[in-house]
Amino acid sequence: MKVIQKIGLILFLIGLGVFTAIPFLGTYKLSQEMVSANTKDIHEEKMLEILTPIYDQSYSSNFQFLSEFNQEFGTYNDALKAEAKWDEVIWDDYSFSLGKAALSSPVKDNPWLWMFLSIGLAVLGGLLYNLPKYKDEPEGIKNNGIFHSKMKNRGWLGMLTGSYLILFYVILYWFPAYLVNLVAMVDPLSMILSGNPASQWFLYGFVYTLAIIVMGIRMFRKYRGNKYQQLRTASVMFFQTAFAFLIPEILVLLNQPYFDFKNIWPLDYDFFYSYQLDSFLSGGSVGMFMLIWGILLIIIGVPVFTYFFGKRWYCSWVCGCGGLAETVGDPYRQLSDKSVKSWKIERYLINGVLVLAVVMTILTIANYFSDFWLLGEATNQLHSFYGFAIGSAFAGVVGTGFYPFMGNRVWCRFGCPLAAYLGIVQRFKSRFRITTNGGQCISCGNCSTYCEMGIDVRWYAQRGQNIVRSSCVGCGVCSAVCPRGVLKLENGPEEGRINELPIIIGNDSVKINA
Amino acid sequence: MDPNRHILIIGNGIAGVTLARHIRKRDSSVKITLVSGESKYFFSRTALMYVFMGHMKFEHTQPYENFFWGKNRIELIEEWIESVDFAQKSAKFQSGETLTYDQLVIATGSKPNKFGWPGQELKGVQGLYSKQDLELMEENTKDVRRAVIVGGGLIGIEMAEMLAYKKIPVTFLVREKGFWRNVLPKEESELISKHVREHHIDLRLETELVEINDDGNGKVKAIKTNHGEEIPCEFVGLTAGVTPNVDFLRNSKLEVNRGVVVNSKFETNIPDVYSIGDCAEFKEKPAADRKNIEQVWYTGRMHGETLALTLTGQATDYQPGVWFNSAKFLDVEYQTYGTVPADWDGDEFQSFYWEHRSNKVAFRMLMDSNGNIVGVNNFGFRLRHEFFDKAIKEKWTGQKVISKLEKANFDPEFFAPFYIEIQKAFLKEYGGGFKPEKRSFIQKLFGASV
Ligand SMILES: Cc1cc2nc3c(=O)[nH]c(=O)nc-3n(C[C@H](O)[C@H](O)[C@H](O)COP(=O)(O)OP(=O)(O)OC[C@H]3O[C@@H](n4cnc5c(N)ncnc54)[C@H](O)[C@@H]3O)c2cc1C
Repeated sequence: MKVIQKIGLILFLIGLGVFTAIPFLGTYKLSQEMVSANTKDIHEEKMLEILTPIYDQSYSSNFQFLSEFNQEFGTYNDALKAEAKWDEVIWDDYSFSLGKAALSSPVKDNPWLWMFLSIGLAVLGGLLYNLPKYKDEPEGIKNNGIFHSKMKNRGWLGMLTGSYLILFYVILYWFPAYLVNLVAMVDPLSMILSGNPASQWFLYGFVYTLAIIVMGIRMFRKYRGNKYQQLRTASVMFFQTAFAFLIPEILVLLNQPYFDFKNIWPLDYDFFYSYQLDSFLSGGSVGMFMLIWGILLIIIGVPVFTYFFGKRWYCSWVCGCGGLAETVGDPYRQLSDKSVKSWKIERYLINGVLVLAVVMTILTIANYFSDFWLLGEATNQLHSFYGFAIGSAFAGVVGTGFYPFMGNRVWCRFGCPLAAYLGIVQRFKSRFRITTNGGQCISCGNCSTYCEMGIDVRWYAQRGQNIVRSSCVGCGVCSAVCPRGVLKLENGPEEGRINELPIIIGNDSVKINA
Repeated sequence: MDPNRHILIIGNGIAGVTLARHIRKRDSSVKITLVSGESKYFFSRTALMYVFMGHMKFEHTQPYENFFWGKNRIELIEEWIESVDFAQKSAKFQSGETLTYDQLVIATGSKPNKFGWPGQELKGVQGLYSKQDLELMEENTKDVRRAVIVGGGLIGIEMAEMLAYKKIPVTFLVREKGFWRNVLPKEESELISKHVREHHIDLRLETELVEINDDGNGKVKAIKTNHGEEIPCEFVGLTAGVTPNVDFLRNSKLEVNRGVVVNSKFETNIPDVYSIGDCAEFKEKPAADRKNIEQVWYTGRMHGETLALTLTGQATDYQPGVWFNSAKFLDVEYQTYGTVPADWDGDEFQSFYWEHRSNKVAFRMLMDSNGNIVGVNNFGFRLRHEFFDKAIKEKWTGQKVISKLEKANFDPEFFAPFYIEIQKAFLKEYGGGFKPEKRSFIQKLFGASV
């Protein structure tokens, strides 16, 4: 390894270390004013009372503070629950906002400095590590040593990375109060962009975007000489940075609803939730535009673009989940399971999630327009189930945390309802296919190995058969790694697209349907 | 034919496996047994290098999942066959057990050539053909300061790349004037030679191995070339071609020359005994531009496809179509369609050659004296098999081929449109009533330039 790369790696690890240590810094002291400022009017009085024992106490760690907080708060709620006084239970979780207010730490005092020491160093280190890659080597894709790597072949480094990611997601989704230090660190940035203090989601979006950018740059290096790979990587980097991260924040700054213009229902599963609809409908012409735009994407954008280009136009060129998978996840793409069995599981799971999302949404809309007469609050239960099981656990914890275990597209392959919808269009009504080059396949297996969606590409290639599969996200890596020039992603006439009875060229003794 | 007859296939390579699969497709009752001492399950030996280099695990080289064989009722036996009693229709395993057959197919592939060099059996000296060779190579390359590869063919270049992965300096001895010059024309051979050197491989042209020296413990210490030079090394790769793996059949009633001698239906001199793949030697060349022994993946597959018809009641002659092949030299991909020999008679053929200034992309089309295409070589970009199969079969004029070259392009989207430059160059050299293709809007937008 070159010196610069070594320095990069060290800086990255320092940055990561600081980032990981930050939540443990500082002290917590809660005051009555903080409680008043951070609770809803209906809860204010009660909360002020509940938290009395901990006012002006100094706690030396988030664990201490949160355990005291939860103790007081829990005692109150548990008593009510025991008496089945559901109406009086406080369902809102104030631990995050109060923790953030109660915090005083060097990070909060000096956010920019700490941001540099953590995220900044990690980014810098990542760039120093990635930019000089393959510098003195001729152009060409090198998958050298991937299966000898402890990181990329489920070795201890991979296990560690996966565990770290899983832990991070679990805390982010269900215990964000432990992360208030990190959130406070990005507050000033959030203030600049949206005029509001940061939430854990802002922190997440920021880190997510930077990860895509740094690892996107790695993609430029890794796929030198492959314009298709480079362009689609640039595309996901752009859509993440502009559409997913910056524009929604700036919209808020301009007093418009927060909106990601490229997020499409049913991936964007709360698009039709009442609070979303309310915010569109009360958002004036901009809100109305967002609502119509979102609906047009669902009913026209998806089918039309997918008809012409296949689902890749979204999954590997635009989507944020896809963006992370294709950049941060690229080193793990070879870990997807290629067996027929996992293909079966995939079809049940992903279409199951699609059905669930559709049913949930129909009920939600019906409920909304019947003024909650139809199901009352029952849809909320459904939403929290979906949000927990699919939105957080599947898409987040499994979706990203499992990169080093099951490859980078676990969510996209087994869970994403939008991918299911795009896939149905791609399978049955599209011009997209992967063409195989006559008889040139030598069955080496590079294509299948590096297919992140677990498609056994070779199965088709060695029979001279086009690959038409609902799950294919058109990343083009099968074509890129093929050593014999066999695979090509193409849009073409629907006629002959699915060649069930392929004829392998080159043998005139027989015309065989392999 | 007995619907319950037993077809025994020795060798589970591409030839034997294709045969078994196609028989099963056409006949659900015959009993099929596939035997190989190398590995129970079919794997792609073309991918051995990728396993060594950590691109894949060995199981990734297996094109079919393990359940496939049971599902298709193809019996697998992992053992070496020692001899065959053709009179009793019985094969004998190393273990001493025997297995009788009604029809026998010999598809035992090849083994690396060894030309009787002194020291060729020393430790650290090996060829690369089988799974066991790969394992041996892992072992043999553990403490190596320099390696020497003997023989500049396709397996040699793969071996060089494998050693480069382990950061082992390689000296590459090639007998010809240029790399693979016995197959490639001069320009192509030079292009590849340059690329090999770009990878810091010490390529020695017109150099032959004379002897391999012992370090006193039965291990290789150095080699000596025909120029009298001694090159210290701890590993020697012998990649000077392959030869049919049929020694266990010699001294029997079966007619064996270099390979098992067969006619155009893969029949040997003994009834109910056939041979396909690398180990079969045709009595007469299957076509004018073909050799008597065909040692590539594709031909093995085609032999299997064809013999499956004969063995299921539809006697069929092997008629190969337009020749094609492909390879990858380090980073440079190569494809060929039709016939482009290493050298040709300038009165009989016209050649058009274009090379990109990067020295990594090139195109050659050979035409007969009437200007009709006979074959192409392409390097560094991809061309469509179907297109050239048709063009060559239908004897298109070179001009027609080039005018339609965009349709032949098989490079991924957004790649530089080399076909435009090729068209321009062709027009300059040969003229013609067509205009070069224009860059598309997308190509302009993304600066896809040549
Ligand atoms: C490293 C390497 C790379 C290659 N790359 C390419 C390429 O890119 N393109 C290309 O076209 N070709 C390539 N080839 C050549 C190609 O692999 C062969 O032409 C093809 O595999 C031959 O297939 P086959 O079925 O005839 O024999 P094989 O694949 O050799 O199969 C024969 C099997 O029979 C077994 N066997 C032999 N004798 C016995 C016995 N007595 N008892 C039991 N079992 C026995 C052998 O162990 C072997 O498993 C490559 C070869 C090598 C070694």
